[in-house]
Amino acid sequence: MSRAMDSILKKYRRAGIDSLIPMLQDVQAEQGYLSKDAVAEIGRHLKVPASKIYGVATFYNQFRFEKLGRYHIQICRGTACHVKGSATLQKVLEQQLGVKAGQTTRDGLFSLEVVACIGACGLAPVISVNGEFHASVKQEEVGKILDVYRRRAESEGGV
Amino acid sequence: MSEKRKILICMGTSGIAAGATGVARLFEQELGKRNLADGFQIIRTGDRGLFRDVLVDVIEPDGQRTTYEYVKAEDVVPIVEEHLIEGNPYAKRLAGKSYHDFFKSQMRIVLKNCGEIDPEDIEAYVMHDGYSALRKAVQDDSAQIVKTVTDSGLRGRGGAGFLTGMKWKFCREAAGDQKYIVCNADEGDPGAFMDRSVLEGDPHAVIEGMAIAGFAVGASRGVVYCRAEYPLAVKRLQKAIDQSREKGFLGKSVCGSPFEFDISIMQGAGAFVCGEETALLASIEGKRGTPRIKPPFPAQQGLWGKPTVINNVETFANVPHIINHGAEWFASIGTEKSKGTKVFALAGKVKNTGLVEVPMGTTIRELVFGPGGGMLHKKLGLKGVQLGGPSGGCIPAAMADTPIDYESLQSTGAIMGSGGVIIMDEKTCMVDVARYFTGFTVSESCGQCTPCRVGLKRMHEVLTRVVEGEGVPADLEFLGNMGNTICSTSLCGLGQTAPNPVLTTLRYFRDEFDAHVHRRECPAHVCTTLMHYEVIEDMCIKCGACAKVCPAGAVTWERGKTARIDPAKCTRCNACNTACKYMAIR
Ligand SMILES: Cc1cc2nc3c(=O)[nH]c(=O)nc-3n(C[C@H](O)[C@H](O)[C@H](O)COP(=O)(O)O)c2cc1C
Ligand code: FES
Repeated sequence: MSRAMDSILKKYRRAGIDSLIPMLQDVQAEQGYLSKDAVAEIGRHLKVPASKIYGVATFYNQFRFEKLGRYHIQICRGTACHVKGSATLQKVLEQQLGVKAGQTTRDGLFSLEVVACIGACGLAPVISVNGEFHASVKQEEVGKILDVYRRRAESEGGV
Repeated sequence: MSEKRKILICMGTSGIAAGATGVARLFEQELGKRNLADGFQIIRTGDRGLFRDVLVDVIEPDGQRTTYEYVKAEDVVPIVEEHLIEGNPYAKRLAGKSYHDFFKSQMRIVLKNCGEIDPEDIEAYVMHDGYSALRKAVQDDSAQIVKTVTDSGLRGRGGAGFLTGMKWKFCREAAGDQKYIVCNADEGDPGAFMDRSVLEGDPHAVIEGMAIAGFAVGASRGVVYCRAEYPLAVKRLQKAIDQSREKGFLGKSVCGSPFEFDISIMQGAGAFVCGEETALLASIEGKRGTPRIKPPFPAQQGLWGKPTVINNVETFANVPHIINHGAEWFASIGTEKSKGTKVFALAGKVKNTGLVEVPMGTTIRELVFGPGGGMLHKKLGLKGVQLGGPSGGCIPAAMADTPIDYESLQSTGAIMGSGGVIIMDEKTCMVDVARYFTGFTVSESCGQCTPCRVGLKRMHEVLTRVVEGEGVPADLEFLGNMGNTICSTSLCGLGQTAPNPVLTTLRYFRDEFDAHVHRRECPAHVCTTLMHYEVIEDMCIKCGACAKVCPAGAVTWERGKTARIDPAKCTRCNACNTACKYMAIR
């Protein structure tokens, strides 16, 4: 068991089922996604079958079962962004990355996620890359934005 | 401290997105360099409600106030030198007329402190009358508090508009050794952000409201269920809870009285249906967030089976004001049946997008052309307004004089909902918007009941067909029938309201459906499969915007000439159409 996992389980030492969602959130914050091992580990800890945990985890949009890319792109598909053309934006992103929303590129550089309103409707359409906002994004700017992160990855090295 | 000149910097989610953190740091640096730091107090506030990138206010000790908008890093030095030192406002970034108009027509009660105080500093809240209502309440008779809230006429701001005082009364009268107060901060409507702004800008107001509710009904525990997508709100709320515990506003003895109350935060995990109260409670208990049939209502059997008051963020934020100023004062604002103000999240094709708070009964037109500042593009007029998000409806421009109150909106087929208001112009396709909301509810349906799970999916398929130009006349009848069936047979509020966007669009924008189905045309030039990508000569103003963005070199244009699109080269990427503000590409 990894040390991070260990300390999460410690934090919830006497926890009951009502701590399941916060625990899953902590694990995901630590590891970026919910691995099979982590789910099994939590199951043993809470004395709940893994199937039940998957039942809860898959119900919520927040939980991921695949590793995140180095740059995690969230495209807002909220209403304000929709009326300002986020559907086309999503299509262009998917084309340029070669993945669909919810997936990670093969080189592990980018993952794409669709979210509903990130609360910056005045800046619509919005995409957020590792928490950095890009406001009023036009479809022809998508390539440039991706390039910024590709270059950043290169200069920082290692994936 | 009051002698200091103040610099206010808006640092909510959108301010930070626009670079406010760096601007605040620069002010500190530049003032420090000039040995001026002692004369100024830099206050990092929540969002004020208007998106103007970074907003900076300079307030003199006598209260005189200068506002700057769109402040960039390079503006900091000139503001410091020209304004703070020499006393001449820096003209380049002075807030313009539309900024001031935005605030002029509002009535700010809930948003009073947003953008005015540092939300991470409890002293600032206390100095603005904070916690005085709670202090007063715990000295009073708890039944009297319930009565005051009932008499004020406050109704839930989470959507349904149930009388808050009645809800509290039911919970107060329910038998139970343990009771709970739950704050619904799930804000699932994908176009709304008022609860986020209140939590980011004035978290103590929500805490105070919850504590007063706790005292009134006899609950000692509170839970705030907050969307996980709102990390800043969670952080500030947690800080506020810790501070108020330290100061004795929460804990074993609230304000020195025998009343005990404490609050914890539970982060949601991204499910729209968890905004529904029974689903929310299931989610707090660590289960799948599926709603259950009511009754029993949460006031009788809520969290862990105990009597529970569940109210929206804005509902709670109103409570301290009601206790402080009295039921009569609150009841004097608004209309006969809808009292007080309502905060709306204005977005879409309008000049000023942001949060506006107006008295109930304000008309849609006043909202759009008052604080909203009018339409985004001069040439594109108002077509309709979507209120209430995925459970709400589209109201056409012809009905823009409808007053915004619970009953009037309901009679149009829309709802007050959470307060999301999306303004749509002639270049917004109503069929596409209806399909968008249906797609949203399809993916957010919890799947328990058949009408909602299967019915909505069928509606979405049919709408997709219509949008892609493959609809048949019978589809429209199908949508109406299916929509009504889903409304009357679904288990919870999600299914019961999910067809509203489609049903209202069918009612008010039938001609747009007909155009898609009968003429295979999208009058708003939005549905890309129906586009021909040709320039309409009469509409083209020869600006060349389309030629500039075309990645395929398919558009030819010369100054003063109508643009032309070469179908052989066109890849149908739609960039030209997005760039054209004149509906000249079809
Ligand atoms: C599908 C669905 C989603 C809802 N989402 C929210 C929400 O995001 N925020 C909210 O306060 N109420 C929401 N509600 C309403 C709640 O069920 C509940 O009525 C409300 O929290 C009660 O608080 P109030 O009386 O202060 O409005 C939703 C209801 C339904 C049916
Ligand atoms: S709709 Fe995209 S930020 Fe709100």
